Amino acid sequence: MKQYIIIGNGIAAAGCIEGIRSVDKDCAVTVISAENRPVYCRPLISYYLEGKTDLERMKYRPDDFYEKNGCTVLYGKKAEKIDPVNMSVLLDDGDVLSCDSVCVAAGSSPFIPEINGLDSVRSRFSFMTEDDALALEKAVSKDSDVLIIGAGLIGLKCAEGLSGRVASITVCDLADRVLSSILDSDCAALMQSHLEKNGISFLLGDSVSGFDGGTALMKSGKSINFDVLVLAVGVRANISLVKDAGGETNRGIIVDGSMKTSLPGIYAAGDCAEGIDISCGQRKVLAILPNAYMQGKCAGVNMAGGSEVFDKGIPMNSIGFFGLHAMTAGSCFTGKDGVGLYEERDGGSVKRLYTKDGLLTGFVLIGRSERAGIYTSLIREKIPLDLIDFEILKKTAALSAFSPESRRKKLGGVV
Amino acid sequence: MKRVYVNEEWCLGCHLCEYNCAFANSGLSSMVKALKGKPIYPRIHVEGDERISFAVSCRHCTDPICVKSCISGALSKRDGAVCIDRNKCVGCFTCVLVCPYGALAQSENGTMQKCELCLENSCGEPACVKGCPNGAIVYEERQPV
Repeated sequence: MKQYIIIGNGIAAAGCIEGIRSVDKDCAVTVISAENRPVYCRPLISYYLEGKTDLERMKYRPDDFYEKNGCTVLYGKKAEKIDPVNMSVLLDDGDVLSCDSVCVAAGSSPFIPEINGLDSVRSRFSFMTEDDALALEKAVSKDSDVLIIGAGLIGLKCAEGLSGRVASITVCDLADRVLSSILDSDCAALMQSHLEKNGISFLLGDSVSGFDGGTALMKSGKSINFDVLVLAVGVRANISLVKDAGGETNRGIIVDGSMKTSLPGIYAAGDCAEGIDISCGQRKVLAILPNAYMQGKCAGVNMAGGSEVFDKGIPMNSIGFFGLHAMTAGSCFTGKDGVGLYEERDGGSVKRLYTKDGLLTGFVLIGRSERAGIYTSLIREKIPLDLIDFEILKKTAALSAFSPESRRKKLGGVV
Repeated sequence: MKRVYVNEEWCLGCHLCEYNCAFANSGLSSMVKALKGKPIYPRIHVEGDERISFAVSCRHCTDPICVKSCISGALSKRDGAVCIDRNKCVGCFTCVLVCPYGALAQSENGTMQKCELCLENSCGEPACVKGCPNGAIVYEERQPV
């Protein structure tokens, strides 16, 4: 009987388990879980603070998931080292587990910047895990002034989650705009103004030069008093297990389309892996939940002897704040040659479609998300725009833009 | 498994399927009470123009990308049908971002909704099919090509 080890117990690990079991019902699967809980939906921790969900509903899979899938889960254990020659994994308790194949689904870790006086801050949190959310929840009260460093997806979702539970929330970022990884300054301004209307204050284009207990001294000369600090400046892929074993790494663990690393028998998936973003052809860590699941599943199928390729990775995000949703997908090559832009906008909403070489390569939709997946599928499937009626599609995401024959397949067949 | 299929040559564009869907999923016994004077939230949508029209609802894909992308674990496959646990859904719209058919939409309470083939309501069989006056929507077993 084959033995497989999955390092990590997040979404990529769940995908890997389901991938393995779709091929091999009998093999032994061991999951090494640093966190002391079954797989849960990490992106929901802000919704938890907001009261829109609870710990029970945040479980990603039913309670009998591991049992039904014949998995042994080692809770509270960490993998220290992979031995790629003898194919074994050393755990932090000294145990050595041997196996036929390993999937590294180790995720990422919050990046903690070096800032003078950071140690003098008593109430300091990251915002990534369920434990982080529970600790933050305990630390805040109606009277708390909260300072969040980082106006990215994590920092702003944290702000939304805390809104209404605390006295004030200030978000600062070195970038001059919010959500700088997915929005340009124009779209970011729209989001920022909506967030401000909902009580969030911003200090952008500014950073903390030092902390003195509950005071942050900014580079601009301003100083901010706070009770609770959240560090959300970014994450780093957990690559060391593969790097130390001699595998190829960059920002993430380099994987091919079947999720193999450069080391035989060792796979990687999820936020620790670096694959191809097909919307621009470059290698990227695509740290989003759908990719984590799909990469994990692909790795699992291949580990168990099946054959699957994941070659449709693109960045895509659907993120809402206080009722205003922003969706982005693909790569938006603003300002470069050969890029077409279709834009519609009114006071509170934006639609931008970017095209290049006869393909849709990216979009931004704010406040108008209806049927956006039709656009996303054009990017993922690289469907030539001359095969569809792009004039219709620009205005409305609709299947009427496709040929009758293609529609017959979509709506009249098993897909 | 049986799925809902449409034949656009026969669709009249009458939108009755939308009303029948909204009513079947309203939990109410009177169509007037369920629909009159209210915005309706059907799980099937007629699109098209004066030349051609057709109804679109969940395709219950063999390998559904919405299920793989759902950040709350609310979407799953049950006996082949793609189902949503609206108690788990937080309304993040990720399923809307990925569905190639545009088959998911927001419901009245902010969570997402989609066609569940009327398996979960009292209708027992897809209401859109039952009420289609021209047989343009059918519920049957077809084989993958």
